[in-house]
Amino acid sequence: MFTFIIRRLLQTIPVLIGVSILVFSLMHLIPGDPAQIMAGESAPEEQVENIRERLGLNESLPVQYGKFITNAVQGDLGSSVRSGRAVTKEIGGRFWVTVELALYSTILSVFLGLIAGIVSAVRQYSFSDVAIMIVALFGLSMPNFWLGLMLIQWFAMGIDLPSWIPFIDSTAWFKPSGWGSFSQVVLPVITLGTAGAAIVARMTRSSMLDVIDEDYIRTARAKGAKERSVIYRHALKNALIPVVTVVGLQFGALLGGTILVETVFAINGMGTLIVDSIQARDFPVVQGTILVVSLLFVFVNLIVDISYNFLNKRIDLD
Amino acid sequence: MSEKKTDNSMTLEKPPNLRVQSWKNFFSKLKKNKAALAGGILIILFIIVAIVGPFFTPYDPNKQIITEKLNGPSLDHWFGTDHLGRDIFSRVIHGMKLTLYIGFFSVILGATVGVLLGILAGYYGKRTDAIIMRSMDVLLAFPGILLALAIVSVLGASLNNVIIAVAIFSVPVFARIVRGSTMAVKNLEYIDAVKVLGASDARIIFKHVLPNVTSPLIVQASLNIATAILAASGLSFLGLGAQPPTPEWGAMLSDGRNYLFNAPHVAFFPGIAIVVVVLAFNILGDGLRDALDPKMKL
Repeated sequence: MFTFIIRRLLQTIPVLIGVSILVFSLMHLIPGDPAQIMAGESAPEEQVENIRERLGLNESLPVQYGKFITNAVQGDLGSSVRSGRAVTKEIGGRFWVTVELALYSTILSVFLGLIAGIVSAVRQYSFSDVAIMIVALFGLSMPNFWLGLMLIQWFAMGIDLPSWIPFIDSTAWFKPSGWGSFSQVVLPVITLGTAGAAIVARMTRSSMLDVIDEDYIRTARAKGAKERSVIYRHALKNALIPVVTVVGLQFGALLGGTILVETVFAINGMGTLIVDSIQARDFPVVQGTILVVSLLFVFVNLIVDISYNFLNKRIDLD
Repeated sequence: MSEKKTDNSMTLEKPPNLRVQSWKNFFSKLKKNKAALAGGILIILFIIVAIVGPFFTPYDPNKQIITEKLNGPSLDHWFGTDHLGRDIFSRVIHGMKLTLYIGFFSVILGATVGVLLGILAGYYGKRTDAIIMRSMDVLLAFPGILLALAIVSVLGASLNNVIIAVAIFSVPVFARIVRGSTMAVKNLEYIDAVKVLGASDARIIFKHVLPNVTSPLIVQASLNIATAILAASGLSFLGLGAQPPTPEWGAMLSDGRNYLFNAPHVAFFPGIAIVVVVLAFNILGDGLRDALDPKMKL
C-alpha cells in the first residue's frame, strides 16, 4: 500500500508540471500583446510598459516560467491587474465556498444516486426501475444553469403557498443568491447535484446488475442469507468499486460545474472569480484560479485511486 | 467437362464485401434497439428542422418589436417575446441550426484529433504512447468546463472559439478509447499477417486498425455531442460564447435570467430546447452502446 501511494504520488508530478506549463502558457497564447490587452486598447504606452514590467513579460519564456513555478510553490500566484491585490488574497475565502458547494453536491448526488441505483437494480424492469432511469436520463440532459433558474423561479420567488403553512415565507422558501445560510445553500446544491445523482444512479444500477448474477451471490442466497444482507453486505460492497471512480470524477466535474451555478446564484466563489477575471482580461487571476482548481482536482483523483484499496483488497496495487 | 466449368465459375465469384456486411449488421442491431431508433429519429427530425425551419419561422429572429416586449406565449408568439420584443419561437428554431452545428463540428474536430493521437499511441507504444498519453492526462486534469473556459479566455469570446475549446476538451476522451482498442487489435494475428505481406504502417492503421475501433467511437461520439452542446451553451450563458444578437440557446437563457419574475418564459423555452436535443443524443448514445458495445459502462 505504501509503495503504491509513493508510486502514485510520483506519477502525479509530471501531470502537475504539465498543468503548470499549460496554465502558464495561457497568457502567452493570447493573440497580440498580453500587456496591451490587459491595459486596454486605448491605454497609454507607459501603463502598458508598467504592466509588462510588473508581470515580467520582458524576460525570456523559460525565465518567466521558472519564476512562475518557484513563486507558485511558495504560495505566490502573482497579483491582480485590476485590483493590485495578491491572487491568493483574491481567491481567499472563495476557495472554501467553491469546495463546500462541490462537496455538498457530491454528497447529495452520492446519497440520491446510490438509493436510486440500488432500487433500480433490485427491481430490474419494474415500474420504479423504468421511472428512475427516465428521471436519471432527464437529470443528465438538463443544463444545470437552466435548472438553477427554474428552481429560483419556483422556490425562491414564484410560488404562493397556503397561508396556514407555518414558519415559511410564502413567496420565498429559499434565497436566490449568496452563500452561507441553509436557505442559500439548498438550491445551488440541488442544481449542481442533480446531474451527478443521475450518473451515480446509472453507474450503481449497471454495476449492481453485473454483480447480482455472480456465483457468490447465489451461494449467499443458497446459504439462507437474508435478502437485505445479500444486497448490502455482498453485492453492494463489490458493486461500489466502479461507483467510487465515478464519484471521484464527479467531484471534478462538479468543481467545473460550480462556475455556472455560482453565476446563476450570484455566489462569490472561484467560479465567478474566473468568469469576472476573463471578462476583465485579468490574466494573473485567471491563471491562479485555474491552477488552484486543477490542483484540487488532481488531488481528489489521487485520493480516489488510493481509496480503491480500502474497498477491494483484491486489486493488486503494487 | 461442363461440371468443371461450373466449379471454376464458383471460385471466381466475387467475395462478399465485409465492410458492407458489417454496416448492415450495425443497422440491423440498431433497428432492434428501440431507444437508439427513437433517439436517431428525433435527431433526424431536429436536423430537418434546423435546415428547413428557418425558412418557415413566423418572424425574423432578430426583429425587435419593442411594443411587444416580454409578452407571454400567445397565438401570435407561441413561445412569447423577449426583452427586445423578439419572437422566441423563431429564435429557438434558428438556434437549432447553431446548436447542432456546434455539437457536430466540435465532436468531429475533437474526435479526429483524438482518434489520430489514440491510434498513434496505441499502435507505436513506448515513447510515443508515453508522450501522447501523459499530455492527455494533463488535459484531463482540468475539471469539466474549466479547460474550455481557459481556452476561450485565450482565444476570445466567439462561437467558433467555443467549438475549438469544446473540441480540445473532448480530445483526451477519444484518444483514451481509441488507444485501448488499438492496443487490443494490434496484437491480433491478422495484423501480423498483413505486416508480413509488407503493408505500410499507414495502411495497417487506416485500413485494418481504424475500422475495428469504430464501435466504441460511434457510441462515444453520440454521447459527446450531448456534452458538447451542454458545454457550449454553458459558455454562451456566461457571455463567453455566441455574442448578441445571435439566437444561441445558452445566450438566450442568459438574457432570460433578468426577467424570471415578470417573464419566466424567456428562460424557459430555450432551456427546454436544450434538454430535448441533449436528451435525444443521450438516448441515441445509450441505445448505440447497448447495441454495439454492451460491455461499455455509462
